[in-house]
Amino acid sequence: MAYTNNDHQTCQIRTAETKVAVGADDGDTQDLLRTISLFLVLMAVWLLLSGHYTPLITGFGIVSCLLSALIAYRMDVIDRESHPIHLGPRIIFYWGWLMAEIYKANLDVAKCILFPKKHLRPSMFTEKVTQKSDLGKVIYANSITLTPGTVTVDLDGDIVMVHALTKASADGVKSGDMDRRVTAVMEEA
Amino acid sequence: MIDLLLDIGTWILLIAGSILLLITGLGLLRLPDLYTRIHAGGMADTLATFLIFVGLSLQSGFSLVTVKLLLVIVFVFFTSPVSSYALAQGSFVAGLKPKLDGFSEEEEE
Repeated sequence: MAYTNNDHQTCQIRTAETKVAVGADDGDTQDLLRTISLFLVLMAVWLLLSGHYTPLITGFGIVSCLLSALIAYRMDVIDRESHPIHLGPRIIFYWGWLMAEIYKANLDVAKCILFPKKHLRPSMFTEKVTQKSDLGKVIYANSITLTPGTVTVDLDGDIVMVHALTKASADGVKSGDMDRRVTAVMEEA
Repeated sequence: MIDLLLDIGTWILLIAGSILLLITGLGLLRLPDLYTRIHAGGMADTLATFLIFVGLSLQSGFSLVTVKLLLVIVFVFFTSPVSSYALAQGSFVAGLKPKLDGFSEEEEE
């Protein structure tokens, strides 16, 4: 019994060491910066949603935002994935481009529903993704799903499986334009 | 004058959004299998939601309500691909095969 317990402890210590090693290259300054950014975001959302600006209520808001940011910092849950400030303004430009794509794809799907004989050509195919981080892959896969006419069915390693409604939407994914843009946003080229 | 322009803008956006929702409903009935129907649902999640909420935010003036309406769009855009993916992945893992052939024009004759 004692032996198993000991074994378990060693295992735990090893996990803790790995975690420190992984976190080391990111740096404490980045962590602090993210905590401050989280506080500012929480504060902005609180001010926009509450609509009560008496000193007492606003004071409660500031205190609760500070407390939340502090607890999140202590729990070490604000990392590159949960609060990606390193993406910066590039992601905003990407969203603008994505909106234009969604608009075009919506018209495409609407045409396909109204005239299915002419346009409906469903296909299923796999495609390689060039993003390395999980966050980049999730942004890419969700962008594919968000564009009507293409749905991500499976994402395994660096292979994404896509179901497409028409030939045009399938060609859109196969051309790899969106993939390149996401990789550029993530700076993982 | 400005009020009239805002009203006209709202009418156009709401009607365009409603037409898209109508086509979505039609697509859900008309398309052949589950995977193609997910695409139809994707229209209601994206452009239709966007048009209707932007149309409503034109009516609310420049206030906190506008911000809340725009936040709804943001949240829908972040969450709807996750639910679509869960549905598609779930059916794929369960072994549902997509209907892929029999759609070229010669075979329709």
